[in-house]
Amino acid sequence: MSSTTARPEVTFGSKSSGRAIRNTVATVLVWAAFLIALIPLGWIMWTVLTKGLHVLFTGTWWQKDQSGALPPGFDHNVRGARHALVGTLEMSVVTSVIAIPIAIMTAIYLVEYGRGKVARLVSFMVDILSGIPSIVAALFIYAIWVTTFGLKLIPVCASIALAMLMIPVVTRSTEEMLKLVPNELREASYALGVPKWKTITRVVLPTSLSGIVTGALLGFARVAGETAPLILLAAYTQYLNENIFSGNMAALPTMISTEFSNIGDAVSSERLWGAACTLILLVLVINLLGRLVGRLAKVKK
Amino acid sequence: MSSITGVALPEETPSGGQPKPLDADRASTGRLGDRIFGGAALGSGLLIVVIVTLVAIFLLAQAVPALSKDHANFLTSTSWVTSQPMAFGIAQLLWTTVASSVVALLFAVPFAVAIALFLTQYAPAWLARPAAGLIDLLAAVPSIVFGLWGGFIVAPKWAPIQHFLSDTLGWIPLFKPTAGITGGNTIFFVGIILAIMILPIITALSREVFAQTPTTHKEGALALGATKWEMVRTAVLPFGRPGVISASMLGLGRALGETIAVMMIISGLPNGAKWTWSLFNGGATFASKIASDASEFSGGLSTGAYIAAGLVLFILTFVVNAIARIIIERRKDFSE
Amino acid sequence: MKVLRIGQLAALSLAGSLTLAACGSASNDSSSSTTSSGGNTSSSAASACAPGNLSAAGSTAQLNAMTQAGSGYKTACNAELAYNGTGSGAGITSFLSKQIDFAGSDSALSSTAKDGDEFAKAKTACGSDAIDLPMITGPIAVAFNVKGVTKLNLTASLVAKIFAGKVTTWNDKAIADANSGVTLPATPISVFFRSDSSGTTDNFTNYLNTAAPADWTDAHSKTWTGKVGQGKAKSAGVGQAIKATDGGIGYVEWSYAIQNQLPMAAIDNGAGPVELTADSAGKAVEAATIKGTGGDLSLKIDYATKAAGAYPIVLVTYEIVCTKYADAAKGAAVKSFMSYLASDAFQSSLTQIGSAPLPASILDKVKASVATIS
Repeated sequence: MSSTTARPEVTFGSKSSGRAIRNTVATVLVWAAFLIALIPLGWIMWTVLTKGLHVLFTGTWWQKDQSGALPPGFDHNVRGARHALVGTLEMSVVTSVIAIPIAIMTAIYLVEYGRGKVARLVSFMVDILSGIPSIVAALFIYAIWVTTFGLKLIPVCASIALAMLMIPVVTRSTEEMLKLVPNELREASYALGVPKWKTITRVVLPTSLSGIVTGALLGFARVAGETAPLILLAAYTQYLNENIFSGNMAALPTMISTEFSNIGDAVSSERLWGAACTLILLVLVINLLGRLVGRLAKVKK
Repeated sequence: MSSITGVALPEETPSGGQPKPLDADRASTGRLGDRIFGGAALGSGLLIVVIVTLVAIFLLAQAVPALSKDHANFLTSTSWVTSQPMAFGIAQLLWTTVASSVVALLFAVPFAVAIALFLTQYAPAWLARPAAGLIDLLAAVPSIVFGLWGGFIVAPKWAPIQHFLSDTLGWIPLFKPTAGITGGNTIFFVGIILAIMILPIITALSREVFAQTPTTHKEGALALGATKWEMVRTAVLPFGRPGVISASMLGLGRALGETIAVMMIISGLPNGAKWTWSLFNGGATFASKIASDASEFSGGLSTGAYIAAGLVLFILTFVVNAIARIIIERRKDFSE
Repeated sequence: MKVLRIGQLAALSLAGSLTLAACGSASNDSSSSTTSSGGNTSSSAASACAPGNLSAAGSTAQLNAMTQAGSGYKTACNAELAYNGTGSGAGITSFLSKQIDFAGSDSALSSTAKDGDEFAKAKTACGSDAIDLPMITGPIAVAFNVKGVTKLNLTASLVAKIFAGKVTTWNDKAIADANSGVTLPATPISVFFRSDSSGTTDNFTNYLNTAAPADWTDAHSKTWTGKVGQGKAKSAGVGQAIKATDGGIGYVEWSYAIQNQLPMAAIDNGAGPVELTADSAGKAVEAATIKGTGGDLSLKIDYATKAAGAYPIVLVTYEIVCTKYADAAKGAAVKSFMSYLASDAFQSSLTQIGSAPLPASILDKVKASVATIS
């Protein structure tokens, strides 16, 4: 792909055939890139849907948990994923509640307030945070929660670790969006005597809302499918637990990894792909909802 | 497309690499609300600094005791023995991590930029939005599903292609055939799967940035007689470059730290396997090594060895991001 | 092939002997089934029922047995067991930091563990002595995939040579000698091992080192110490890899070999080749000696046993419990669940899920130890 290395030209001659050809080639390449990217998408969706979609229509899938499950090979009921769905929803929502405000405020600081060394430090640290692997974040939380304070692990610990993964994604994307808000908008607001914080909340944020929502959704997608921190911090259980502050809590990714250990068994593999399908659908629905919210907020302006 | 925010962009929108927006001191900041809001923003930023510092301290504190008992050269040894006497080195892990992530970036960035251009500049209006949704759908696929799909469904299909490549390009050290690894579960293949995984994140951010290219820039180029491609090259790409680099770094960070998918796909090597530069070899990345042995952590020196590996990954991200930052700063100087 | 039939037979007989569990699954959340249907399996356990949900973690090798036990125990005592297959080390770590009520482990607590005396740490965590209770035996299968070969006899030395990379093709003379009458192809041997650390690897390398010290010189270890092979994540990964590779061989827990419909090698311990069955694995456990003291019942398995009909590659998993829990109700609940695990009815149902029951001699001691938990 030559697009990233191309050097800008300042003047344009008449449209020679060479330029026309280059233009056509670029158009073809850009279309091709998009179409090629659809291949893995189509393939993976085909895999998941053909193996998992029918499971979603079994009567018990949304209503029951896995209580009463027998060892693989002896269980002929797929049972349900309600426990994992509830767990994933609760943990992801708590993660978002922790991460999104911090991330957006950090982005605001970086773009609207930050100057000099402190801002550069914060900005750099956000990049570093984005490179911390999920398993290290989980070990870190474990070291603080259990080793240092001697507390008993509860599912919300996983949310805290996941928030560490979500913050950089949302901060970075929000920052990029805020940077793109034209200064004239801010200046116009200041000229009217509007305080800075009101300018930010009423003018800057709404202007870049769609981009911020995109970032938050990317962050959500990133954490909803994370498995490693959950294995360490929020132990899987086959029973429904609605209290995020006590006991074990199932989640769809941990359900997938639990069933993966028996992938050779037909019923386990149905559960596995069913859970994968549910997880993808869940992220998809949240995505659509987020976009809808973004668009409604825009209309209000 | 440039009006997705609902606000018409003014004529003189500065380029993406502009200096920071209006300085704080020129706005009215004395009021209580301003102080609280500004304080909260600063507090959030500092919280992140504190978290990262704590992680660094935690990694160091756990790694140092193990490192001091290490009987192998930590940087150059390829062995990984954490029972007493400990002899562990990161050479193999570092190579696998970096190689797979670089392969991922080499595939993902050109595709992501091209797709972002397609979505913002080329796609017909009726297609742009659903097409963007399709690419975002890829981000909705959890990494464990990528692991299952890549490791058990794609890898067998990839194996013949890989054999063909190593037969024809085997004279290049990177593509040398390796003994011992029979399937397609190699570093190169992991790179491809990682590329697919980080594609949506790079695409989405690049798309948002490209979409904000000032209409004036684009129209100016077209008015000068530029073809569409020349318009993209002279107006859209330079405008979006810092954003694309930033997005790529985010993608790279994810590729370096990806855990469960890599663990499920890649073939492990036996301890002390012969060193090769081939991408058609197995191995383990920092993250996959930590995760695959996490089940036997007992919180002492042996765990420290893995934490030391985590520390190296941490430093690696540090260096990569520092380099990226320097590149962005340079570009900024040129574009002003 | 014989094994597959065992699997199917087991499925059939399970329907009979575990009506209890079947009731549990049919009435999913019902809590009233205790008295009426709890009868046959748990008559001994039901009498000791104590209320309270339990949380445990550890060995994946006993995960299936724990699923079975959890399901049966819920019906019998109406209490939930959340057992999480995090791995033995993580299970012990959680136990030592008081995260869980008991741990499942592939290896007993050790006073010379690489990170310190686990007994001492457990004593601090419990406020009383902690003990190892052997409960579930998991045989390890040497599964293979060679086109046209369904039966294979291997001696300990041959297994060690194959996994050490000293024998590299299937028609090697050493293999052919042990399998007269079997046509072996010239396919190269692809060895698969667990890339994650696991008790299965630990026990398998321990077997190789004990039974064939000349051909396998490395000490046993939870991570693979062999010089050849390709690592795969978890037993499921190894099972799938063998299935997908002509010429593949690897070691997996019995149930994974059954799941992936892989043929398993018969092991010749010197007294003739022995197929892997619940019976033959049980014989190897019978040959084990108790090395724990007091209530602790950690076993020393004799991998080099020459007993006729014994399948020597077995893995005994333990439940690690406190002898006295700070919370008396918790202690009663743990005791109640351990009694359920040690009940004859539950132990005999284990054969059907790829485990072997404990021999009576050891089971009696386990029951005595369980009685001391409070």
